Amino acid sequence: MRKVMTGHKAVAEAMRQIEPNVVAVYPITPQSEIAEYYAEYVHNGLVSTELVPVESEHSAMSACVGASAAGARVMTATASQGLALMVEILYIAASMRLPIVMALANRALSGPINIHCDHSDAYLARDAGAIQIFAESAQEAYDYTLIAQRLAEHNQVRLPAIVNLDGFTLTHSVQVVEPLDDEPAKKFVGSYKPIYPLLDVDNPSTWGPFAMPDYYFELKRAQVAGIEAVPETFLEVQKEYEKATGRNYRGFFEAYQLEDAERVLVVMGSTAGTAKVAVDELRAAGEKVGLLKVWLYRPFPYAEVAEALSHVKQVAVLDRAISFGAQGALYSDIATAFAHRDRRPALFNYIYGLGGRDTTTEHLTQTLSELKSARPGEELRYIGLRE
Amino acid sequence: MPVKEKKQAPPPEIAQGRHPMEKYLRTDRIPHIWCAGCGLGTTVSSFLYAMDNLGLDPDSVAVISGIGCTGRVAGYVRMDSYHTTHGRPIPFATGLKLAKPDMKAVVFSGDGDLFAIGGNHFIHAARRNLDINVICVNNLNYGMTGGQAGPTTPLGGRCTTSPYGNFEHPFNLVYLAASAGAPYVARWTSLDVRRLQRAIEEMLVRKGFAFLEIIAPCPTNYGRRNKLGEGLDELRYYAEHAVIEHGADPADTEILPGKDFLVGKFVDEEEPTYWEMYQDKVAELEGGRR
Ligand code: SF4
Repeated sequence: MRKVMTGHKAVAEAMRQIEPNVVAVYPITPQSEIAEYYAEYVHNGLVSTELVPVESEHSAMSACVGASAAGARVMTATASQGLALMVEILYIAASMRLPIVMALANRALSGPINIHCDHSDAYLARDAGAIQIFAESAQEAYDYTLIAQRLAEHNQVRLPAIVNLDGFTLTHSVQVVEPLDDEPAKKFVGSYKPIYPLLDVDNPSTWGPFAMPDYYFELKRAQVAGIEAVPETFLEVQKEYEKATGRNYRGFFEAYQLEDAERVLVVMGSTAGTAKVAVDELRAAGEKVGLLKVWLYRPFPYAEVAEALSHVKQVAVLDRAISFGAQGALYSDIATAFAHRDRRPALFNYIYGLGGRDTTTEHLTQTLSELKSARPGEELRYIGLRE
Repeated sequence: MPVKEKKQAPPPEIAQGRHPMEKYLRTDRIPHIWCAGCGLGTTVSSFLYAMDNLGLDPDSVAVISGIGCTGRVAGYVRMDSYHTTHGRPIPFATGLKLAKPDMKAVVFSGDGDLFAIGGNHFIHAARRNLDINVICVNNLNYGMTGGQAGPTTPLGGRCTTSPYGNFEHPFNLVYLAASAGAPYVARWTSLDVRRLQRAIEEMLVRKGFAFLEIIAPCPTNYGRRNKLGEGLDELRYYAEHAVIEHGADPADTEILPGKDFLVGKFVDEEEPTYWEMYQDKVAELEGGRR
């Protein structure tokens, strides 16, 4: 049934249906409402979850790690500085192969202090070893929370997963969302079977031990196997989701008017919605423009992205955070995707929307238009910046 | 504490819609973001009056806040001020104080910031007897993020994350500070503006770690969810339930909903400060020269 709700509520609903054993959270804007909704579910007896309102995000992720190692299904949510504080433990969660699923309400990192949206938090966690998915809408945030749960818990994967949704733009704005009925949702997610749980006292196991130069390297290499299992599993789980729900999520990204496009925007998150309007406007004027919206950001689907963009003349890659001293993180991925290909579009790196700066349709139609005559180069270009 | 009504003409600035302590305020930042009936405004005023009464040069005082509603204080005072990340005003103040021992460092932050995410720093600053003032405005919940239960939420307190009442033991901040070794520990409510001012004056002139807890209404979140009425009703509650008992045993200062609670100055001792002990150690190693 179609309902109106915020992105927060959509994520909380998915969490209610997943019904993890443990949720550990610390309130931080703009994620706090997820914790509030969830607390209500817990206190109203709708879920049997243990909700642990901890004293910081560091403790939140630590509690998640403890619970997950014990064999529980575990979820959390955070944003911005909260994620920054979690990152130390997020690396550990990934290395311990713990399928903790979390919503990340994307928000700029301090400083200066700012509570609004950008992707600097997601980029900070980029190399932690967690799966990262970006949602364009509250609906996608809902669907991908369910999908992420299956993906993270897949036996070959067993990794933490982050579902990114733009802070305020998605978390606080009310949209039409069609959640699944509880039964099919629960059936899709299924139950979680931990391996080597700490609580299995008959088969004692050790978690988090020391690894010196003799084994550390091999263990990190083994972790690569987990993340390498993600793409195939991602497509599998998408297919099963489609079977269960009729919802058509296919592939690592959404290709919008891409097939014959000459100029293309590559973007993640809610700005894809704005980009679609920009593409439609220019298409109406006869321009061959398109959009590639990344869903699966980590692991990055290099080959597929390169394939999808190989016929394009110019590509504007939009990064919603600066990687100081380097090209934007998404741009770097796209450039890497073409490293071994002869046929490649001219790539341009645009930084946009930092600290919640609004990115409008006009900004994006202008970006697509200026690509035509833009001279390729390594310099960063900025959208909507006063200079 | 019966409330005495005294008729007095307001200072002329107030009639003109200005703050009498405007010289200490970043007027370009005003109006502030705090809700009507919030206790924060009066606590800041008491601090500014204390500064004024002592004739302190604003250049000699730094105000450091963390995150949250109280975290905004640093942004409103016209002094050296710093708005740290969540929970970290005390580490910042520690660094500041060691680099500039002559400067007064006042940490002005909330209960969530200082005692949840930053709790570790508090006990260590108290243990070291670091020469800083910590003013904690305790509104019994996380106000800015929407009223979640925190480490000071009383048993039974209703919050967005404890809709049927909190069942976790809260901290008694006075007891915690005293146990961690703070040589000055006081508690007042935001109704006690003069006593607050006096306490802050004492803190500003004394040596060592000084802790002041200010119980303040949060009508928007904690007050509303616990049916405590408007800010003024909460002040009435303080008038009826706050009992002054200087020197009371910190262990007896627990705050329980609906029950009387103790306010006053509970600890006031002279202890060698971190800086003095540091200098002594240096002198010892240098053969007696300070
Ligand atoms: S939320 Fe509460 S503490 Fe924050 S400004 Fe409003 S009344 Fe004050």
